[in-house]
Amino acid sequence: MNKFLWPLAGFIILAVFLRIGLDLNPHEVPSPFIGKPAPEFSLPVLGTPGEALDKHFSPRDMRGKVWLLNVWSSWCVSCRAEHPFLVRLAKEGKLPIVGFNYKEVRGDTEIDASKLGAEAERELVQKRARAWLAQRGDPYQLTVLDIDGRVAIDYGVYGVPETYLIDREGIIRVKHIGPLTEDALREKIMPLLEQETRGKP
Amino acid sequence: MIAATPFLRKTLLSVLACCLLAFPFAVQPKEAAPLADDPAAEKRLRSLSEEFRCLVCQNQSIADSNADLAVDLRREIRSMIHEGKSDSDIKDFMVTRYGDFVLYRPPLEGATLLLWFGPGLLFIIALVALRSTLRRRDRTLAAERELSPEEQQKAEALLRAATDTPPKE
Repeated sequence: MNKFLWPLAGFIILAVFLRIGLDLNPHEVPSPFIGKPAPEFSLPVLGTPGEALDKHFSPRDMRGKVWLLNVWSSWCVSCRAEHPFLVRLAKEGKLPIVGFNYKEVRGDTEIDASKLGAEAERELVQKRARAWLAQRGDPYQLTVLDIDGRVAIDYGVYGVPETYLIDREGIIRVKHIGPLTEDALREKIMPLLEQETRGKP
Repeated sequence: MIAATPFLRKTLLSVLACCLLAFPFAVQPKEAAPLADDPAAEKRLRSLSEEFRCLVCQNQSIADSNADLAVDLRREIRSMIHEGKSDSDIKDFMVTRYGDFVLYRPPLEGATLLLWFGPGLLFIIALVALRSTLRRRDRTLAAERELSPEEQQKAEALLRAATDTPPKE
C-alpha cells in the first residue's frame, strides 16, 4: 500500500503548489518603495494649448494630502481600459489624482522619436496628451510629463499603468501595477485612506 | 528538384536582398553606443547588465532584452559607469528601484534560505531515500536466497529423484 501512497502524496503536494501558482501574478513584483518616501522630482505640467511648459510640479506640493499618482500613456492599451474608472473616481472626489504621463512619444513603438528634435517631441507629447484627455475626460488634478522616462525609473515603473498611493507625509503606501479597478480600490486603497482620514487631527 | 519559375526565383532573390539590406539598419537606431570608443566600459556594462533581470520580459537579463525599459536602464547604467560609479553603487541603484527581484543572484537572507539551499536539501533527501531503498531491497533479496527447512527438504527430494531415475532415451 505504501508503495502506491507515496506517488499519490507527491502528486497532491505538487498539485497544491501548482494551484497556488495559478493565482500568482509574476508581474506583480513586490515594490521596494512601500513605506518609503516618494522620490522627489520636478516635472513640467501639461498646460492649455499655446502655454509654455514653465510650470513645474513636485510631490512636495501635495504634502498634507493623501493622493494617487497614476502613470499613464496614450499608447498604453490597458490605460484605455482603466481610464473610465479614473474619471468616475475623480468625480466622486475621494482623493486627488495626479497624472504622470510616461514617455508619451518615445514609448510609442509606432513613432521613431530619434528623428524628432527635442522641441518637436515636446510639442507632440503635449498635443497627444491633451487630445487623450479631451477625448476621454480628465480625471487628473494636473498631469506631469516625463518625456524621457527618467523620473519613472526612480519610481521603479516597469509597466504602465501603475498607481501609487502617497500619504500626507509623502510616504508611498501602495503600489498598484496594471489598471486600477473597483476591487483594487476597495481592497488596497480605501482601507488605508480611511485609516489616514481617521488619524487626521 | 522542381525548377523554380523565373518569377519565383526573382521574388525570392529580391526578398533575400531586402532582408540583407534592411537588417543592419533595423538594428542600429535602437542601440546607439555612446561608449563604443571605450570597449572596457562597454564590457563592464555588458557584464553588469547580465546580472539584472528585465522586469518587462522576466526571463531575460537587461543585457539581452530589447524592451524599452531595458534600453533605458542600459542607458542609465552606461551613464553611471561614465560618472565613475562602482559596481555596488549600480547594484544599489537597481535594488532600491526594483527590489531584490531584479537580481539574478538574490542575497542570502531568511526569505531566500530555501531558495539557496533547497536544491541541495532535496538532493540529500533523495540520497537518503535511495540508500534506504537499496538496503531494504538487499535485505529482502537476502531473505529470498535462504531456503526454509521445508524448501530445503523439497529441493533435496527433487534432486534425489532426478539422479535416481535417469532420463529415458
